Amino acid sequence: MSVSVLYAGGGTLLFFIGLHALLVYPHLLRKILAANIMGSGVFMVFVALGARSSDGVTDPVPQAMVLTGIVVSLCFTAVALVLAVRIHRLTGCTTFVQDQEAAGD
Amino acid sequence: MTGAQTLFDGLLVLLLVILAWVLLASKDLFRAIVLFISFGLLLALAWLRLKAPDIALAEAIIGAGITGALLLVGLGRLGSAVRCRPLPVRTTPLQRLSAPLLVGLLLPSIAAVVLVELFTLPIVASGQIKLVAAHLEHAGVDHPVTAVLLNFRGYDTFLEMGVLLLAVLSIWSLDRARHPFARDQIPAALLTLQRLLLPLLILVAGYILQRGAQGPGGAFQAGALLAAGIILAALCGHRLPPGHQGLLLRLALSCGFTTFLLAAAVTLARSGVPLLYPEHLAGSLILLIEIAATFSIAFLLAAAMAGGHPVPEAKPTAIDERKSA
Repeated sequence: MSVSVLYAGGGTLLFFIGLHALLVYPHLLRKILAANIMGSGVFMVFVALGARSSDGVTDPVPQAMVLTGIVVSLCFTAVALVLAVRIHRLTGCTTFVQDQEAAGD
Repeated sequence: MTGAQTLFDGLLVLLLVILAWVLLASKDLFRAIVLFISFGLLLALAWLRLKAPDIALAEAIIGAGITGALLLVGLGRLGSAVRCRPLPVRTTPLQRLSAPLLVGLLLPSIAAVVLVELFTLPIVASGQIKLVAAHLEHAGVDHPVTAVLLNFRGYDTFLEMGVLLLAVLSIWSLDRARHPFARDQIPAALLTLQRLLLPLLILVAGYILQRGAQGPGGAFQAGALLAAGIILAALCGHRLPPGHQGLLLRLALSCGFTTFLLAAAVTLARSGVPLLYPEHLAGSLILLIEIAATFSIAFLLAAAMAGGHPVPEAKPTAIDERKSA
């Protein structure tokens, strides 16, 4: 019971660590990693809050939704990576920045 | 007993949080991805502790395995260096302050508010457990998670097949598939590994698929395992024959979605509610949908891994034949 609060707290921290990295680091691949960590944090809060029953069973509804979510986050990663590779090929950049410096490189 | 368990949980959560921070901050992106894979495996352990073995399986296969492989392939194409840093722009002091203020002050305070809110939630809440248990005998399967996934909230899984299909469509429209190894560069160890693992992966996928009706397992995990097998075979130089890259491949990619769509249409015509299965047919219908979904998920995940639309291999094989001749 208190364990579920512990995991929910950990999930919250994971979400904010991921959000922080998403804002701070410029490399696109690192942003994709950060978004994945954010997703894992959300899943963890969701399932941990579903694990609060007194008889030690975890709520199957959040479990099923997180299973779906894991596959969807893989879809996100795959599409984001292809977009990042495309950005890299068109601009030579591995970040979102495209200005004079990019043309000079 | 409970003290030791709480200590274990505390250490696991602490380790996950530290690992997330270290991997995101690590200078070398290759190291970051390897740490991400180990993060996924530890997360699978956390799912087990939260009594969610289905998610633990999916996390280990999809979250750690396939995502990790995807990221490594992406790193190979992008490179680790930060190219094009933002140029220093003339800004007012207030503008310069806004970013550190947002990241350093606002983020931690929102996190603190959420954390405090967590402790005000009721300690015991059974959620939908009773509702699911009450309807389980009509669901056609004995495992509550599979019942939710394919019966009670079947539209979730249906639309998720749609999301997968859309993702592969957008990947196909952006790039063409590239193979990491040329045919003559495949490491011998990989070929041996493939010979050992491939039959095992297919066997385990079949087991996990049929196991889903009674316990942890099901279409997602089985599909992801099969996808791992297809990816391994592709790494070892196996390709779809040119004749199978057109309609047949598209049928394989979409059969999960279309089977679901057909089931929804038939149930809509029969009872007026889409995906409301008749009770005596529920078990067989779910198994049918699961088999189609497993097959589809396997090909969709492997297609996502290939990173683009299939390239007709007519030319390279012609050259190969000339070389060998």
